[in-house]
Amino acid sequence: MRKEELIENLKKIVGDQYVQTDPEDLYAYSYDATPGHSYMPDVVVSPGTTEEVSKIMKLANENRIPVYTRGSGTNLSAGTAPLKGGIVLLMLRFNKIIDVDLENLIAEVEAGVIVQDINDYIAQFGLIYPPDPGTVKTASLGGTIAENSGGLRGLKYGITKNYVQGLEVVLANGDILHTGGKNVKDVSGYDMTKLFTGSEGTLCIVTKAYLKLVPAPEAQKSMVAVFDTIEDAGRAVSGIIAAKIIPATLEILDNATIRTVEDFMHVGLPTDADAILLIEVDGHPVIVEDDAKKVLAVLKENNAREVTLARDAEHKQQLWTARRMALPCLAKLRPTTFVEDATVPRSKIPAFLNIIKKAAKEHNVTIGTFGHAGDGNMHPTIVCDLRDEEETKRVRAAMDDIFRGAVELGGTLSGEHGIGLGKLPWMELQHGKEGMEAMRAIKRALDPNLILNPGKLLGEC
Amino acid sequence: MAEEKEITAADLNAQDATLLRDLEDAMANCMKCGNCQAVCPIYRETRQENMVARGKISLMQGVLSGKIPVSANFDHIMAMCLNCKSCAANCPCGVEADELILRGRNASVKARGLHPIKKNVFRLLANRSLFDAALKLGGMFGWMTFKEVPGKNAVKSRLPMPGMDPERATPPLAAKPLRSQYPEVIKCDNPKYRVAFFTGCTINYMYTDMGKAVIDVLHANDVEVVLPPKQHCCGTPVHVSGEFDLANEMAKNMIEVFENLDVDYIVGACGSCVEALKHYPVWLKDDPEWKARAEKMAAKVREISELLMERGYRTDILGPVNKKVTMHDPCHMVRGLGITKEPRDVLKSIPGLEFIEMKEHDRCCGSGGSFCMAHYEMSREINDRKCSNIDATHADFVATSCPSCRMHITDGIIHNKMPQVVYHPIQLLAQSYYAGGYKA
Repeated sequence: MRKEELIENLKKIVGDQYVQTDPEDLYAYSYDATPGHSYMPDVVVSPGTTEEVSKIMKLANENRIPVYTRGSGTNLSAGTAPLKGGIVLLMLRFNKIIDVDLENLIAEVEAGVIVQDINDYIAQFGLIYPPDPGTVKTASLGGTIAENSGGLRGLKYGITKNYVQGLEVVLANGDILHTGGKNVKDVSGYDMTKLFTGSEGTLCIVTKAYLKLVPAPEAQKSMVAVFDTIEDAGRAVSGIIAAKIIPATLEILDNATIRTVEDFMHVGLPTDADAILLIEVDGHPVIVEDDAKKVLAVLKENNAREVTLARDAEHKQQLWTARRMALPCLAKLRPTTFVEDATVPRSKIPAFLNIIKKAAKEHNVTIGTFGHAGDGNMHPTIVCDLRDEEETKRVRAAMDDIFRGAVELGGTLSGEHGIGLGKLPWMELQHGKEGMEAMRAIKRALDPNLILNPGKLLGEC
Repeated sequence: MAEEKEITAADLNAQDATLLRDLEDAMANCMKCGNCQAVCPIYRETRQENMVARGKISLMQGVLSGKIPVSANFDHIMAMCLNCKSCAANCPCGVEADELILRGRNASVKARGLHPIKKNVFRLLANRSLFDAALKLGGMFGWMTFKEVPGKNAVKSRLPMPGMDPERATPPLAAKPLRSQYPEVIKCDNPKYRVAFFTGCTINYMYTDMGKAVIDVLHANDVEVVLPPKQHCCGTPVHVSGEFDLANEMAKNMIEVFENLDVDYIVGACGSCVEALKHYPVWLKDDPEWKARAEKMAAKVREISELLMERGYRTDILGPVNKKVTMHDPCHMVRGLGITKEPRDVLKSIPGLEFIEMKEHDRCCGSGGSFCMAHYEMSREINDRKCSNIDATHADFVATSCPSCRMHITDGIIHNKMPQVVYHPIQLLAQSYYAGGYKA
């Protein structure tokens, strides 16, 4: 089908004003938040209904035109970059919170709604939707489902897949599917909901989701602990869990990150410390009080040099400045910022941090690491200038060491950002030939013409 | 339009290599995280990527790499910015996207020239005597073309006006501009100090009530006020359109008018004007001699509430103003000058006045100076959100330190059939002085 003909057909489906073809407009959808990936799409279409999505998919499938589903384009895996040209399917018109079912604690939400808007809306009922990625104020629900996003509260509350109980999706051939629903228990058939959650736009287009909501915790208590060695910090993390306490948040900052934040912010951080842990316990006030005491004891046992308990909400904000400013400060060091999310079992954090430190030194690149120590999800953040080819080569080499190191420790390439294009080269290392072939078989079964986000997650099929 | 030649990056490069080189490094610092989406008022309404700072910076990078021409659509996209600075304030990388977008507009002006309507307006704006004559004439015959909206100090056009939406309520042009109502020096016995009042265009020709309040408050505090007759537009509307050369000429004129006055301060009541006066050293950074002169002048510049809090003001003659008041922070006050506490302190010192903070008080009202004329519908949508936040406070008055915000919020209040009246905080202080027995 000629391009002009395709565009005419798309206009018939969604209306003229929802089809963009000017180069200046297309250019705005050539990239996402991942450095180094920019590809021009041929057309950007904004459907308003699931039926329109279905018609677009039928048209694309018959003519074997690639389709890239996009929300806010804030992902860090090049997941929405239109690698092979074709159609960018912009889902932001799906912007309604359809229903909040207080008897079943389920929200029915369209894919284009911003995650923070869901939380702002359900706050009136004393409920929360826990997945809170760093982009919670910008990311669309559909995007966080496609990438299976996590966030700061992953340790206690889990990640997106733990809260998606049902989906409405459109398959590559235009079929509209409903998976799961409001049932807490549901073992009827394959768990398609879980399969589609985290499928990075390669298996279907999510148009609507049923989300599990939970009661907002009544009380919180936060504290910060300073350590002279990474090993002590690591032992403290394992010790807290071993004491049968599951903090809502358990974050770590390494020395490079501490020094960078202090350079920019001058908030009096201990620049000689090897690690800082930030911990928050939440729940019933009495239990929170008790848990906080136990955590304090574990921190002391593991040689925490200094522990500060937040007096109130304002003091907490102050204590958490270091964590909040970690990425912004690192990002200000250099033009290009790669935020990786390799994850290891909790007990392997010190070993992993040492691998990262070694990679930075050997390849002479700047890496600051912070992350979710409680669930082993680290964010080695590599800052550089992509315009410098020689430096970029060294960055790639350091990344290679880091990903290989994570997998060798029994870890995974990605804890919450997804594979997309960025981590594709290491997929077979983690999953083996057989694992890759099984996933490719699923892809070929659901998308035989390979039009959905081609080239991502699995590479060429 | 048929003969329109597309300008490529190569042509632009030849035309202004320095500008492009500068731009490239500043833009490389944008890591494309998209955090600006959360705060951009235009993105919130359109949900279109090229409406937000990240999209605009990418587009400029596209131009630099030669992939995208500086086309009419490029101009349009660059124009869709309120210059509210929310993106810059919220940027984790510290990218001053608002400034970069102005430079994008500047590139447009250099490559394609200025929009014809703007060209005419700016020609008028740059010529002080012509501008003065036109607006005085407009004020004298204003009743013929505009009908009044009762109680709001606003009018609607009786006739279709070029470049203006017929539904838009604007302040009436004053029958007599502020500076014609007063002598050049407003003397007082035993002055404590002396200030030059930079009125700005809107206060001089439209909201003379704001100017009168400034003069009355200063006079009540034994401050001698000088109204330099040759003062003119601060240049902001020209600067934000990317016409930097002309804006810089206007800045130089202003410096010449103000630099040698025997005054302790130069005071203004419009956030955008005051920001411009304080930022002239940045505008003129490439010319060391002028930069130094601009710095010398900028050191004396104060926003009126800033001056009052710095030097103190009489509280013994404050009379009651029994009203509920909420406050809108103009973009150029909160993010441009960082002044938010001072006007609140002034308001809170007034007896009887109940201050109620509105939700999202520092979010742009949608005016964007001339943006609301070119993109009226969009600026109304943004303003409706502001109006619903105002409505929720059940305030009687809205205080805001910018005549453009006052104009735009008044328009929104009239459209939404709300009861509030919009004032500058200094007007409420003046009201309190009058209530306390002070006679101007």
